[in-house]
Amino acid sequence: MSKKVITSLILILITITLLIIAQNNLDSFSLRILNLCGIYVIFAVSMNLINGFTGQLALGHAGFIAVGAYSYSLLVMDPQLKEMNFFLKPLIAPLNTVHWPFLPALILAGLMAALAGFLVGAPALRLRGDYLAIATLGFGEIIRIIFTNTQSITNGSLGLKGIPAPDKFLFFSMKNSLMWWVWIAAIITVIFHFLLIDSSYGRAFKAIREDEKAAQAMGIALFKHKVMAMVISSFFAGIGGALLASLIGTIDPLMFRFLLTFNILLIVVVGGMGSISGSIISAISITILMEVLRALDQGFMGLPALPGLRMVVFALLLMSVVLFYPKGLMGNEELSWNKLMNLLKKPLLLKEVKK
Amino acid sequence: MMFRKRNALILLVTFLILSLIVAGCGGNKKEEPKKEDTETSEVIKIGVFEPMTNANAAGGAMEVEGIQLANDLYPEVLGKKIKLVIADNKSDKVEAANAVTRLVEKEKVVAIIGSWGSSFSMAAGPIVKENKIPAVAASATNPLVTKGNDYYFRVCFIDPFQGKVMANYAFNQIGAKKAAIIKEVSNDYAVGLAKFFSDEFVKLTGDPKSIVANVDYQTNDQEFSAQLQAAAQANPDVIFAPGNFTESALIIKQAREQGIDIPIIGGDTWEAPEFLQIGGEAVEGAVFSTFFTSEVPITKESEKFLAEYRKKYNEEPSSVAALGYDAYLVIRAAIEKAGSTDPVKIRDEIAKTKDFVGAAGIITLDENGDAVKSAVIKKVENGKFVYQATVEPSK
Amino acid sequence: MTLELFLQHMVNGISLGSLYALIAIGYTMVYGILRLINFAHGDLIMIAAYIAFYSVAIFSIPWYLSFIIAVLFTMALGIMIERSAYKPLRSSPRITVLISAIGVSFLLQNLGIVIFGGRPKPFQVPELFSKVYEIAGVNIVSITFFIPIITIVLLLGLIYLINKTKVGMAMRAVAKDYDTSSLMGIDVNKIISTTFGVGSGLAAVGGVMWSMKFPQLIPFMGVIPGLKCFIAAVVGGIGNITGAVIGGFLLGLGEILLVAFLPELSGYRDAFAFILLILILLLKPTGIMGEKIAEKV
Repeated sequence: MSKKVITSLILILITITLLIIAQNNLDSFSLRILNLCGIYVIFAVSMNLINGFTGQLALGHAGFIAVGAYSYSLLVMDPQLKEMNFFLKPLIAPLNTVHWPFLPALILAGLMAALAGFLVGAPALRLRGDYLAIATLGFGEIIRIIFTNTQSITNGSLGLKGIPAPDKFLFFSMKNSLMWWVWIAAIITVIFHFLLIDSSYGRAFKAIREDEKAAQAMGIALFKHKVMAMVISSFFAGIGGALLASLIGTIDPLMFRFLLTFNILLIVVVGGMGSISGSIISAISITILMEVLRALDQGFMGLPALPGLRMVVFALLLMSVVLFYPKGLMGNEELSWNKLMNLLKKPLLLKEVKK
Repeated sequence: MMFRKRNALILLVTFLILSLIVAGCGGNKKEEPKKEDTETSEVIKIGVFEPMTNANAAGGAMEVEGIQLANDLYPEVLGKKIKLVIADNKSDKVEAANAVTRLVEKEKVVAIIGSWGSSFSMAAGPIVKENKIPAVAASATNPLVTKGNDYYFRVCFIDPFQGKVMANYAFNQIGAKKAAIIKEVSNDYAVGLAKFFSDEFVKLTGDPKSIVANVDYQTNDQEFSAQLQAAAQANPDVIFAPGNFTESALIIKQAREQGIDIPIIGGDTWEAPEFLQIGGEAVEGAVFSTFFTSEVPITKESEKFLAEYRKKYNEEPSSVAALGYDAYLVIRAAIEKAGSTDPVKIRDEIAKTKDFVGAAGIITLDENGDAVKSAVIKKVENGKFVYQATVEPSK
Repeated sequence: MTLELFLQHMVNGISLGSLYALIAIGYTMVYGILRLINFAHGDLIMIAAYIAFYSVAIFSIPWYLSFIIAVLFTMALGIMIERSAYKPLRSSPRITVLISAIGVSFLLQNLGIVIFGGRPKPFQVPELFSKVYEIAGVNIVSITFFIPIITIVLLLGLIYLINKTKVGMAMRAVAKDYDTSSLMGIDVNKIISTTFGVGSGLAAVGGVMWSMKFPQLIPFMGVIPGLKCFIAAVVGGIGNITGAVIGGFLLGLGEILLVAFLPELSGYRDAFAFILLILILLLKPTGIMGEKIAEKV
């Protein structure tokens, strides 16, 4: 056991070294994409918890992300900035004077999203399958419509501008502290989910996914576990939302349409429902792919620039993954040394494997 | 149990490998600009980021038409060719921020034009500020775009002025004492305009209750009868309906079908051929404020722009095309005056823009970087936008 | 509120509701038989509208011919979509099929942008459908009379098809159990294709009617009707055709009356559909007309 702890410490150290290398060598465009990758890892892993591991088809993620993003922004913006933003309708007290540091705001953003997750989950999780999907989709949209209309809290469709990024990582002033926050949050999210899935709760989640009736017969409190998965999932969605707000620097309700939920769902499905490593790989590759495909809209290799072509290609790629690998890249398994090794050995030991 | 723990570790390794790959890619790409350095000595790149797909594709396309025309007519500065690099922001803030970062980092543009839609421009704001690359918005009218940002400018007027112009029109020309508002609540532009209109209208009438109804709809809605009836029920003398032309044309059409014949007025977004085609007879008499008219060329540049635009695209230009054209010219003039492609020097020259003769009027930028210029009022008559009056900015 | 105004609101609500009902029928039929939320349904509406638009604009054929072409083309497209995007996934978990449906929807919308362009197109509404009549102080556009009639005719036709014909019997059998019905000698693939063909045809009729009422075409025009009519179908009891009609009217009237009585809440109008949906799901999860069915595994 202690060996494992040492190994994981070493691995974390290596990650940090790599992040330092990235910080010193990447231009800000690549760093931005790197950050976006980290945020999408958080989104995908947290959505996988409720959809993949617990088997509850919930489509309200965009709503929870919005709650996180708005809570965070309203806490960290300084009063002067708020006054500039809310030039049509003033922000209500006491929000107009609060000014929190980064970390407490980030955590409260997660908690607010978790609260929203509870409020949505408590009624909605009584439903199952397609009905749950539609109900949660509806809740997500309702959150967005409420944010559009409550101008004295969210600034409505005008959105918030100038959301500050953290200038420090913990106590260190760093050149790119946001990247550190994003990736440390991503790593914590991943480790937390791995531990959770391994715990008795995680096994209960998976039992619910496999067979609700059997799980219930085994003494698992269905509703309690479903709500718990939902609350945890939305907590991390809120954290991701806060980091997104801090990365982009401006948010408005239109960012949180159900298109966002679908994007994350596609990442989860491509990676494999019920595979954390799958979600990570697919979140990173799809985020990068979206940028690479941007070349299509600008016309390349003699093709004329055709706006929209990129999304067509993107949709086709996704369709082919869904059609030809219906279980996603990883299925519901995790990447492991043994598998990687097997994969590498395969060409050499093909005959043996066949036996 | 042990096995599972190891999985977590393996996962971390995957992280590392992937970050390495990203780092590797980034590293490689970083050298590209260096290679292009030789190229930039002959080509000056100006970035354009506009919505080319999704909800706001129509507006983006019109603006790009104007920018491209300007590039055709004035392809050079300081003896070098100007190359436009167009990036699609997909009508999405996250994409807008990515697109602009890409223009700044990868393409090494010296200045940026865009974007249609204030919210996308706002997403680009911190990036251009941080990288010290000047940006000129063509038609983003939200005051927040340039506020507190030394690197963002615009060649159009801002919403408070437009709201004032329309309130004055309603009060003086229509003789309205009561007004109703139907606004696109999910559109920042419409929400702002509605507010500025009501403030001015209340001031003009001296009656705090002169806005008798205030109803909302969402972007992409198509059915407005209930909102229209609710507004009409309050017996207003005029209905102010700021919003995108796509919804607005349907609103006016449905109002007439419902037998509501109160005058309906709006803002600059209405000026699009589709507004007339979709609205048909119903939009006859609709009045709105805009930047530019092709009937009464304001300047010499307007005449040139009109002739060339009609030749190239075979149709009447929209206001935003003219503004896109102007944004390009302002940047080009600034590069010329700065005598260098140093973005900071270009920025300083843009900030000094005074009495610049553009296609959509004479441009003087104020201390916020907003253009102080006249507005034009147009009315739909016989299926055409007909020039009514020019309103000068009050000093 | 005067009586006249109230009647006007009711007319508007019924007019909108019948349109929702018309589209909801197609949704519910596909779901009832295949247990698949066809997210691309809304985009078929869009495609049908564009086909009708272009066949008039390019070939200048009379409008009724263009409508027939639109319906036939959309049916063919629907069958093609089923064959390529849903059929290979028939044994996969339901969420995978749902994702595939979302993928198709994405693809159609973005193809729409590439092919038709992002700028809106004006739909030419024939004189017959755009006349305005004033009856007892209430203004009614003639299309308002046609939509409920078409809805009812299609409703009766569908009920006949499903309950009285051989194909309908096979559809019901497939809805109950794929495997058993294939053992009984039913060509399951053919029946599913037929279902999709009919469903897409209904989407096409809905699309043409929608664009006559709201004569403006954009590649995203199918999203809102798709979502709302789906809600209407769920509210009525998804899988139940009469329920879809009831759900459609309920939703249409509800939206209009909400704004009529509480204009200050007009910004929340689009949330109404979702709130209605959630209330119904919590109170009677199978919808107003839905019967209790064991979940298919």
